[in-house]
Amino acid sequence: MTVVSLENVTFAYAEQPAVKDVSLTVDEGDFLGLVGPNGSGKTTLLHLMLGLHSPDSGSIELFGEPVAAFDDGERIGYVSQQATSRGGSMPVTVREAVTMGRFAHAGHGRLTDADRATVDDALETVGITDLADRQVTQLSGGQRQRAYIARALASEADLLALDEPTVGVDAESRDAFYQLLESLNASGITIILIEHDIGIVTDRANRIACINTELYHHGDTESFVESDALTEAYGATGQVLHHHH
Amino acid sequence: MGRIGPFRRRLEQVGLGLTAILAVAMIGLLTVDALRSFPLVGGLYDQARIAGRLLDSLLGTNVFSHPFMWRSIATGILIGVVAPLVGTYLVHREMALIGETLAHTAFAGVAVGLLVSAATGWEGSLMLVALVVGILGALGVQWLAERTNTYGDVPIAIMLTGSFAVGTLIISYGRGMSGFNVEGYLFGNISVVTPSGARLMAVISVLVVGVIVATYKQLLFITFDEQAARVARLNVTWYNTLLIVMTAIVVVGAMQILGVILVAAMLVVPVAAATQVAHSFRETLSLSILFGQVSVIGGFTVSISQGLPTGGSIVVVAIACYLLAILASSRSTTPLSTH
Repeated sequence: MTVVSLENVTFAYAEQPAVKDVSLTVDEGDFLGLVGPNGSGKTTLLHLMLGLHSPDSGSIELFGEPVAAFDDGERIGYVSQQATSRGGSMPVTVREAVTMGRFAHAGHGRLTDADRATVDDALETVGITDLADRQVTQLSGGQRQRAYIARALASEADLLALDEPTVGVDAESRDAFYQLLESLNASGITIILIEHDIGIVTDRANRIACINTELYHHGDTESFVESDALTEAYGATGQVLHHHH
Repeated sequence: MGRIGPFRRRLEQVGLGLTAILAVAMIGLLTVDALRSFPLVGGLYDQARIAGRLLDSLLGTNVFSHPFMWRSIATGILIGVVAPLVGTYLVHREMALIGETLAHTAFAGVAVGLLVSAATGWEGSLMLVALVVGILGALGVQWLAERTNTYGDVPIAIMLTGSFAVGTLIISYGRGMSGFNVEGYLFGNISVVTPSGARLMAVISVLVVGVIVATYKQLLFITFDEQAARVARLNVTWYNTLLIVMTAIVVVGAMQILGVILVAAMLVVPVAAATQVAHSFRETLSLSILFGQVSVIGGFTVSISQGLPTGGSIVVVAIACYLLAILASSRSTTPLSTH
């Protein structure tokens, strides 16, 4: 089943094109790494896929439905760059944050015991049960991103979209975080990951989309590694960050 | 910081329970006051007056036997519930000054109401006109925020000063037509609370508490992580509009006692105090209401016993709560954004 499908999608901020004529599909169970230089339109492309922006031209489908009409919000889990999330000083506990994953299910009704059990399971899966009563503001970067993943799991999302989730997270926690993503992907969750560290992406993802406004490569990881897409997309001025083991 | 202790939890539950009983009693009192011309309710009204006299003689005061004081106190108690309730979302959305802005808009509304009543002899409620203009102002701020893509202080400053400017122009223009006391609305005054103003506050309170109970989850989600809430297909624009319109409604009710200039304090100060000591968002909401209630009752006590203005007294007590909360908190250095 196709989870996300883009056809000839173009989007510009005022006159500045951010995404130009991009077509790609993400299938169920894929782990898609979205790479490209800074300012290449990766985040914009992800936002287009999720329906946070409307394309100027082209069409986007989410789970087979036009993205504008898609309303099964609980099927998508979204983890943004840490800095963009508000609530930096809000006294919200980890459990409260993870419970937000159940809100799309519950609507205006009350949360049930089953909802609370799902939250407990999600906390356990990402290994932060012991932090449930802590405030999100008191967590380390890695713990916080786990809490957001738990929120996505609590919503029983089929698609997990992550925008540079490990910025500012120490190396050890980052490795553990990506192991968690891999095991979630193995359990059937489709993942779209924006990551500036090419090494991490090529290690973990089975598909790569490389963009710099236009799409330079879309295919499996092996063909990406063998292609010149990276050099072409980053151009002469680009700085490619490679991951060293 | 971990889970809160059972004693503290119980204390908060008792406090909230008492507040709920008090608020319901005040709404009951205002209902009895409004319907006292009906035979059965008239009897209740007489009983309430006797109880008021009894209370006065017990406390050695001259407060509770006067129906206009009931209305003021009831309005104050209800403000102490709904202002921090709405304010909790505003403060954490970095919209702390929106209340101030909408109060100035409502002030322009009062001015419009005065002009209309002076020019046409209309005898409707000024508060109702302030409510309509306040809601229009709220939608205006929302419109500006959507267009400028931010709740930053520029649209807020423009709306705040702009509506106050319009208010002063209208009042200056209409001064010859009515002997209106502007200070009452600027600084708040218990004698400004009219029977219809108090009844409006009762309706506002029931409405706002009902809406917050129904949309607690959605408002929390958009406050905490608006982008994720959008992805989860919450209608963020609709909930933002709902929140800002509720703010306008609360502000109009609250400015009777607190005045245009001080009304924002009840939306912000109890919440700031609660945020210092709360462990969770739910506890922040509960403590905000408790601090709000302490501020109102403490403020009334100071104001009545010392013959000082009520609005200022309430705000000073609220700020004293805030300072105590900072002292009591081990997190006194945690920055609370007030943008």
